[in-house]
Amino acid sequence: MSNQEKGFPISHIVGFLLSITFTVVALLVALKTDLPKTTIMFVIGGLAVLQAGLQLIMFMHLNEGKDNYSKIIHTVYAIFMAVVIVIGSIWVVTAGHSIH
Amino acid sequence: MDIKWDQLLVSGDPLILGSQIAIVLTMVGVVAALSYFKKWKWLWNGWLTSVDHKRIGIMYIIMGVLMFFRGGVDGLMMKAQTAVPENTFLDAQHYNEVFTTHGVIMILFMAMPMLIGIMNIVIPLQIGARDVAFPQLNLLSFWLTFAGAMLFNVSFVIGGSPDAGWTSYFPLAGKEFTPGVGNNYYMIALQIAGIGTLMTGINFIVTILKMRTKGMTLMRMPMFTWTSLITSLIIVIAFPIFTVTLLLGMMDRLYGTHFFTVSGGGLDMLWSNLFWLWGHPEVYIVILPAFGIYSEIIATFTKKRLFGYGSMVISIVLISALSMLVWVHHFYTMGVGPAVNTVFSITTMMISIPTGVKMFNWLFTMRKGRIEFTAPMMWALAFIPTFLIGGVTGVMLAMAAADFQYHNTLFLVAHFHYTLIPGVVYAVFAALYYWWPKVFGFKLSEKIGKWHFWLFNIGFNLTFFPMFFLGLQGAVRRSYTYSEESGFQPLFLLSGVGALILAAGFAALCYNIYWSIRHAERTTANDPWGNARTLEWATATPVPHYNFATLPEVDSLDAYWEMKKNNKGFTLDKNQIKPIHMPGNSGLPAIMGGIFLVFGFFLVFEWHLLAAIVGIGIIAGLIMRSFESNDGYHVPVDEIVKHERTWRGESKWKAK
Amino acid sequence: MEGKINTSAPIEYQSEQSKLNILGFWVFLAAEIILFATLFSVFGVLKDRTAGGPAGSEIFEIKDVIIQTLLLLTSSFTAGIVIFEMRRGNRRGLIIWLVITLLFGLGFLSMEINEFMHYYHEGATMQTSAFLSSLFVLLGTHGAHVTLGTGWAILIIIQLLTKGINPTTAGKMHIWSLYWHFLDVIWIFIFTFVYLAGVL
Repeated sequence: MSNQEKGFPISHIVGFLLSITFTVVALLVALKTDLPKTTIMFVIGGLAVLQAGLQLIMFMHLNEGKDNYSKIIHTVYAIFMAVVIVIGSIWVVTAGHSIH
Repeated sequence: MDIKWDQLLVSGDPLILGSQIAIVLTMVGVVAALSYFKKWKWLWNGWLTSVDHKRIGIMYIIMGVLMFFRGGVDGLMMKAQTAVPENTFLDAQHYNEVFTTHGVIMILFMAMPMLIGIMNIVIPLQIGARDVAFPQLNLLSFWLTFAGAMLFNVSFVIGGSPDAGWTSYFPLAGKEFTPGVGNNYYMIALQIAGIGTLMTGINFIVTILKMRTKGMTLMRMPMFTWTSLITSLIIVIAFPIFTVTLLLGMMDRLYGTHFFTVSGGGLDMLWSNLFWLWGHPEVYIVILPAFGIYSEIIATFTKKRLFGYGSMVISIVLISALSMLVWVHHFYTMGVGPAVNTVFSITTMMISIPTGVKMFNWLFTMRKGRIEFTAPMMWALAFIPTFLIGGVTGVMLAMAAADFQYHNTLFLVAHFHYTLIPGVVYAVFAALYYWWPKVFGFKLSEKIGKWHFWLFNIGFNLTFFPMFFLGLQGAVRRSYTYSEESGFQPLFLLSGVGALILAAGFAALCYNIYWSIRHAERTTANDPWGNARTLEWATATPVPHYNFATLPEVDSLDAYWEMKKNNKGFTLDKNQIKPIHMPGNSGLPAIMGGIFLVFGFFLVFEWHLLAAIVGIGIIAGLIMRSFESNDGYHVPVDEIVKHERTWRGESKWKAK
Repeated sequence: MEGKINTSAPIEYQSEQSKLNILGFWVFLAAEIILFATLFSVFGVLKDRTAGGPAGSEIFEIKDVIIQTLLLLTSSFTAGIVIFEMRRGNRRGLIIWLVITLLFGLGFLSMEINEFMHYYHEGATMQTSAFLSSLFVLLGTHGAHVTLGTGWAILIIIQLLTKGINPTTAGKMHIWSLYWHFLDVIWIFIFTFVYLAGVL
């Protein structure tokens, strides 16, 4: 068996530092700024998505291997449906008069 | 933990007492017969632990037929009850239980196992593979589905059946309004079966994506394989929603949480929302494979290539996406507001576009074809007009404003039976007749098949067509009786008579199977229909356990048709045959199924200590699986040579 | 499944069955995405329905949550190193980093148990309100996944010790690492949409 990874795990360390940075920025924005609540939610939500993408690509190697297209299409489809489920459900059950 | 022994067995109803006695007698009979004929070993080694996809498929279908019987009896009981006004055959509670179990069993334990069984038998053969991607997981899926079905079925003799409808809406399904164990059965039995189905979905996605034979690109796959791929995709996306929904329902019932309760801030409509987020895609899960089955059969018996293959693929992909975007149309009337209703009305009506494309494709396939009226083709032909009635009434229901009138009436019940029976049951029958010779080496009788066809079709239309009018007149669903003044009696009676003819049709199928096993002519021809187009017909009949002696190569759609046209690929060279590696049997899945059944049963009765003890068994099973190294076995060349030589005959055999 | 070995690819992709397993696990992860999305949607619907019980801002201890987040983020990083070491064929390094990863995971779990105890003492139980039901089930499902992942890793360590790094054990290790990273991703969303949004 040959050594397939050589030297220093540089991409892992970059990924780690980025993930810590995203988390700290989210914390600072959420707790230490006086921005309107909606703005804060968009910023920290965006940071969460960035962080998820980072984990998927840098740690989970989503685009690696021969089946990369199958994996990417399937995962993207699942993420799209996840968004439909979360946003759709909240919209559906809070839009009508059931909420009063 | 206090066990209320007196509540354990359901008592007091002669119908149920009769069933209890019948169940015990049947079980004793089966055990005695197996012991007398010394068949235990054969059963265990040949079937219950077999990872052969064809055998697993057959076990699924046997289970589906049994459940069809059970669900059918429920249906007949409902029809008997409503045949005359103010009938006292069933009381309100018993009627509630019967329509609940009828719905659950028909959808989850009849339609799903039947279709998954057919997928199991056909898919590996159609893609030129020797098994699925995860054979042991496949067997586990079967056993979990079976365990769930058995757990659900014991409810009516032990503890009481679920009685809140197959949709099990809260707050009715909550502990406050249904304190018995019935709805615990619903939450837990469906959970166990659902896990099995989810694993099946994963298995078939990987099988179809990765195990296609050389040259079979995605756009050269048979249509049934395509629809099964998309079905599996919907399973993987939809079933986790159901897993969570059932988990939350169970938490509410067993552990006093407040997801769907009236008190504590719970929101009952959240259940409807989650249920239909799964429930609507579920409808497409059962209907898409059926579309694939019809595509294969229509192409075969018109001797023409399927019209508009590409548009067919696009439309099933569109249906799969739209299936996730329409769930609210099941509860327009729950007060979700005009904006939501409008959006979901539009998405719902959009589904009719790809479905219409498929209908026209089938019609154009038949245009100028030489149609052969065999049993499978007749079911496919009957499907088109009957399904159209279901589809058109579906568009009526899709309009939110109009739905306020139709909602919860028998119009709706007639509509979904007009989609699900032609869409699923006819397809299952068509598939049984079509692939039966491939699996067993003899055709089902065409003559008895015609009886089956006509009885079932006439019975079906007679049962459900009057229900459209009953619904429009205001007869509500799930009501155990009606007054004489309502004027519903004649149509209800007609519907009841129809149900009897329907049942006679099912009996004809059973008789056909019995008769054909005993008397039908045996065949070893690989293509008994003579016009088959896809790879499953390129190998021996019945299919050897290794499927293909050498894996076929494909360079177009309808691979076997091309082989026949070019007279290529029939001769087998002895030197090409190599030992074939096959996966080995495994007893673990059956044991795990049993453990899950007992675990679920204890949980239903909220005997948590016992459940925890059995739960350790589940963990032990997972650990054992992790350490298991089942390398399978090799089929020796001699065995393959001997078998291939027999069915091919000397002319198609190069001995060199 | 024929056991063909292709030495040019990373070790976990060298056997046919491991390749199938890895793709199958990605498909399973899609199902997990939907499972957690459903739990998030339930939380999103019920988060303000406190029924007289405590709201999130009254019970969340944001300092503890930050520590939990750092523990899990770091364990995700060390799980990455596990695969890095595995592809170098370094069994000792692999196991050391895996044990470190599990220690971070156990730290996370013990803090989560503490958090639940704390809520319980504040009178905030699963049965108090719809909000708390959805909170406990969302956190509990994630926690149960982490627990399962820990047990699973221990089984793989035993197999690595007895059988060494081969395409089969490497495939298992790779799949486990996917699972572990995925749990970190879910936690990021819990951190953002449950805790940070809760104390805003």
